[in-house]
Amino acid sequence: MSLRRMLVMSAAALAAGMTVVATAPDPAWAQNEQFIPGLVYRTGAYAPNGIPFADGVADYINMINARDGGINGVKIAFEECETGYATDRGVECYERLKGKGPTGAAYFSPLSTGITFALTEKAPGDKIPLLTMGYGRADSRDGTVFTWNFPLMGTYWTAASVAIQHIAKEWGGLDKLKGKKIALLYHDSPYGKEPIAALEIMAKKYGFEFLKIPVPAPGSEQKSQWLQIRQARPDYVLLWGWGVMNSAAVSEAGNVNYPRDKMLGVWWSGAEPDVLPAGDKAKGYKALMLQHPAGKFDVHKDIEKYVTSQGKSLAKPDEVGQVLYNRGLINSMVGIEAIRTAQAKFGNKPLTGEQVRWGFEHLDLTADRIKQLGFDGMMGPLKASCADHEGTRLARVHQWDGKQWKIISDYYTGDDSILVPLVKEVASKYAAEKKITPRDCSKES
Amino acid sequence: MFYREAGQYKATYEADQAIFPIAQDRFVMLAMLAIAFVVVPFVAGEYAYRAVLIPTVILALAAIGLNVLMGYCGQVSLGSGAFMGVGAYAAYNLAIRLPFLNPLVCILLSGFVAAAIGIAFGVPSLRIKGFYLACATLAAQFFGDWAFLRIKWITNDTPSGSVNAPPIQLFGVDLSSPTATYLIALSFTLVLGLAAKNVVRGHIGRQWMAIRDMDIAAEIIGVRPMYAKLTAFAVSSFLIGVAGAMWAFLYLGSWEPAAFSIDRSFQLMFMVIIGGLGSILGSVLGAAFIVLLPIFLNQALPPLGAAVGWKISTATVSHFEAMIFGALIVFFLVVEPHGLARLWSVAKEKLRLWPFPH
Repeated sequence: MSLRRMLVMSAAALAAGMTVVATAPDPAWAQNEQFIPGLVYRTGAYAPNGIPFADGVADYINMINARDGGINGVKIAFEECETGYATDRGVECYERLKGKGPTGAAYFSPLSTGITFALTEKAPGDKIPLLTMGYGRADSRDGTVFTWNFPLMGTYWTAASVAIQHIAKEWGGLDKLKGKKIALLYHDSPYGKEPIAALEIMAKKYGFEFLKIPVPAPGSEQKSQWLQIRQARPDYVLLWGWGVMNSAAVSEAGNVNYPRDKMLGVWWSGAEPDVLPAGDKAKGYKALMLQHPAGKFDVHKDIEKYVTSQGKSLAKPDEVGQVLYNRGLINSMVGIEAIRTAQAKFGNKPLTGEQVRWGFEHLDLTADRIKQLGFDGMMGPLKASCADHEGTRLARVHQWDGKQWKIISDYYTGDDSILVPLVKEVASKYAAEKKITPRDCSKES
Repeated sequence: MFYREAGQYKATYEADQAIFPIAQDRFVMLAMLAIAFVVVPFVAGEYAYRAVLIPTVILALAAIGLNVLMGYCGQVSLGSGAFMGVGAYAAYNLAIRLPFLNPLVCILLSGFVAAAIGIAFGVPSLRIKGFYLACATLAAQFFGDWAFLRIKWITNDTPSGSVNAPPIQLFGVDLSSPTATYLIALSFTLVLGLAAKNVVRGHIGRQWMAIRDMDIAAEIIGVRPMYAKLTAFAVSSFLIGVAGAMWAFLYLGSWEPAAFSIDRSFQLMFMVIIGGLGSILGSVLGAAFIVLLPIFLNQALPPLGAAVGWKISTATVSHFEAMIFGALIVFFLVVEPHGLARLWSVAKEKLRLWPFPH
């Protein structure tokens, strides 16, 4: 067979294959299954951070299936789709997975700001909630406008508020902020820009100078930014990075000898992959916690017993208990508890995205319930509502001592006197642009 | 036997100059259009629309635009991602600042903004050629990335710098369903693609090709290089800009500047090279190939692995996808450097003789 002929044959085969893929009917699903999709990135520039999170998400779901036989007897069907952190692949994955299972996808957690933005436009039409724990649009906490978005446990504006509170506490009070200079070193993308609005308001209110220093994605090259920091000599540097940008920033700070304990990262800049590559230079670096620390808790015993020891986990042994792995566990736990909440209303059967959305909106994780689930010490109570899709505004700070993360603060609460007006303003602007009429929460059941 | 033009007499100049002078070609094209417009809406599911058909149709228009510049006029461009971005942000700003305009009108008008920017960045092409021009258009790409991120006016002062498309409506009818979106994108691509096909066949297209083949000779026989090159930049940017606006409004809905990064420029360039330089049909084939192959590999590999008893993890699938995709592109370019469009014309040559080759 000549090469040319091979080429024609392969082109023809490809065309036929594509037709099959595009028109194939869905396989029959087991009737009593709840489908949960996983948008993951195990490859690409952000893989070091994407892998532990994806493993945590999968391990918790496997554990629930193995230990409890699913959620109240409804087994969870789980499927991953690789996005590589690219928005168009994320949209393709979403379209591929949203209709699977007898009732469609329960919720999506893309772990990418870009994909979250794109899905925010699609979710209302498909009636599937988005669980964006600690990321996504900060104004999506306003449930009256963003009916389908759930940035549970924290938004970037909450993070900004907590970060400033922590810095003020280190200096001895909010009044000490006056005249100081705080720099924000951020990933130059919507993700990194999100906190700016809140920080600018606080700069005005507390009288500190606010310096914005963007780093072009992916952020592995930061020489000029750190030169700028050396010249401007800010009293504190807030780091808003993801993936390789974090470790590069920490090492670069070491190179220019900027004190690491005057650096505070957001919760996406405070995991092991962010500090380990920087080696000794990372010692003393601080970061916000999305409430939960690294380490092993009660839930990890069940993970060990039902998943890891059975060889069902993709996670490497030292990965279990890392910050992002634990965040993956919480992500699945919150989603599954929302399904459980919805089951109490709609019955113990596979639920549609619309029903799961009700569950998210009425999610109430009390301290007792969290203890029961084995997450005691990992998070404070959380109660979502129609108007408040964030549920809690708590965060802590931890510090890297060269070997592990140590919690160095108590819980802070995001300052709603600053956050609420900002959320209202930006959310209503979005509503006007998209011609959305905000829901009236007093009429919701 | 079936594909013979014997007996088809061309009695008029119009018949002689038709896009498809052979009757069989016309029938095939009409049949394909009928399939695209009538049959597909009956058989395609939502996944096929949103993940496969809509991106393919939109990127096909962008590839046609780049092909006008690269394939017909011979001007290498690495700035097509930015021109798509110009179209997207122009359409957004038109929709936001002139709310009485229909979003579909905004999509069309955005092409003119992109054309103006394209002409501005095409000016260096009057003095520099080849790889050096590639560098100059790369500057357009980086300038675009910078402007979309930093000039707050462009993104209407949104705190995060990401923007949303307005809802697509026409005379009060909601057109956001996948079928409607697909038909809108297909109509834009078809009408503008047909226009492009006619432009490249006309006197402007001949000037472009003269410039492409040898610019000094073209100048001597009376082709004005400035006019030819700048019209190529304008037409190309117009098409790419409209495609960009559609990408933003019809496909993404909400986007950040990263959607129009340098990766997009390279993706379009691969489409044009694999599809075939200097061919409108090739642009469409190239777009289909580049969009569909990764999705196909990603979905076909796990069942194939399962068939031989190997459970492939998500990461492995993704690695294999990249390797096979790369290998196939190299294989393609070695065996058929003129692209998929050339394969098509070889097939047509063979068909004329079939089933009795000499």
